[in-house]
Amino acid sequence: MSTLENTPQPVEDEALQRRSRRSFLVAGISALAALGGWRWLATRPDEDGVPWPLRRVLEANQQLSEAYFSNAHLAPVFPRHRARMPRVNGKAGLRTPLDTATWRLRVEGIGPNGVPQTKEFTLADIQALPQVEMTTDLKCIEGWSTVVHWAGARFADFVARYPLAGPAGQQLPYVSLVTPDEQYYVGFDMASALHPQTLLCYEMNGAPLTPEHGAPLRLVSPVKYGIKNIKRIGTIRFTSQRPRDYWAVRGYDWYAGL
Amino acid sequence: MKYIQEKHPLAIRWFHWINFPVLALMIWSGLWIYWANDVYRLGWGRTTLLKFFPQSFYDAFHMDHKLAQGMSWHFVLMWVFALNGLLYVAYTLLSGEWRYLLPNRHSFREAWQVVLHDLRLRKEPLPPRKFNGAQQLAYTGVVLMGAGSLLTGLAIFRPTQFPWLTTALGGYEWARIEHFALTIGYVLFFLMHVTQVVRAGWNNFRAMVAGFEVVEAPTPPTPEKTSSPSATI
Repeated sequence: MSTLENTPQPVEDEALQRRSRRSFLVAGISALAALGGWRWLATRPDEDGVPWPLRRVLEANQQLSEAYFSNAHLAPVFPRHRARMPRVNGKAGLRTPLDTATWRLRVEGIGPNGVPQTKEFTLADIQALPQVEMTTDLKCIEGWSTVVHWAGARFADFVARYPLAGPAGQQLPYVSLVTPDEQYYVGFDMASALHPQTLLCYEMNGAPLTPEHGAPLRLVSPVKYGIKNIKRIGTIRFTSQRPRDYWAVRGYDWYAGL
Repeated sequence: MKYIQEKHPLAIRWFHWINFPVLALMIWSGLWIYWANDVYRLGWGRTTLLKFFPQSFYDAFHMDHKLAQGMSWHFVLMWVFALNGLLYVAYTLLSGEWRYLLPNRHSFREAWQVVLHDLRLRKEPLPPRKFNGAQQLAYTGVVLMGAGSLLTGLAIFRPTQFPWLTTALGGYEWARIEHFALTIGYVLFFLMHVTQVVRAGWNNFRAMVAGFEVVEAPTPPTPEKTSSPSATI
């Protein structure tokens, strides 16, 4: 394996030092440039809690994820006996007392005729849709996860039954979901909202949702982290603008996809 | 008489020195992420030998409550880490450098001899090659670890989009454990690597920056016998 290149060549001390010095100079300048680049990145003005160049890359990651996203990519399902109670990890949007008897789901969107519409739904309306049960892993963005058994209606079935997401072919690209007190709010891209495992959920582990887990109706979607699985939905809005998102304005990725 | 011997190609030096700060920042941002659910420990039953990590460790480096920033840096730098690693592997394959780096059936025995030599339990000199068996195993192993980090990372990053990958790695929680264990592996590799670089001395270190080693010999040395006599892992 001896090539011309690695054949030892006689060398004078001076030539040796010249070459060595040049290499270390290049190394030193490169290290300084790298340090400068890193300082520049870290000191850019924040955009929702993160330096803006990082936001741009997160958005590029989102575009890649959306390009790969498919309704055929399904979260693994587990035997029902593995289901556990998930940790209650926050009360934003749940602090105001709620009378579930008078609760209505308010949906704002655009009908098939292109006219903006607002409709209200009772829990019975949602429960009248085909019930779907699934045992999936609820993944918290903190890094833990819990297998939970959910029951509810597919968000896609709801949109098909009550077409408020815009006229056919011109479907609005985003969904905003907000608690009744508007203290917690999440944004969904339409593809994730219409994924077959995205549910308007009213039962957890075989019993109606308890208040701390989002009674009477919450969102469950294994294509998103738990932060997007909003509890106690008050209003759903179909929009053309990317909706604001409680955790995205606090430094997290808006997409938060899994 | 002094002879100059080319050792590390320019491309490999760049790959190496780009990887060093990038991997360091990946580990750093990874610690910010890990803090949010720091459940791993070494131990059995109720006995804990080592908790990952003690509160004093987080306090000393201000690592708490940085999950969001950690994730954003991690998901930016992952591209640099992946690209640099893939280019490195492609370069070693195309340039033929893989011949020096890939272990063969003798490498394990030789690696053991290197260990004995470094512990001063064996007097025979080390094989006079660019990389000895221990180095071949270490440098190939760490590249496989890099591939492992990318795969386990992807399995945690998009577990629903790549369910086959997540399942193949033992599920979401196992993938996270594996991703963490590989990181601990890099830290151990780094400690051993720096120790060996210090032991091997200036000539060997300079080769990773300037590319060449200097050999002192009365007559032109043969290429095979000119590499550093000390092992660098």
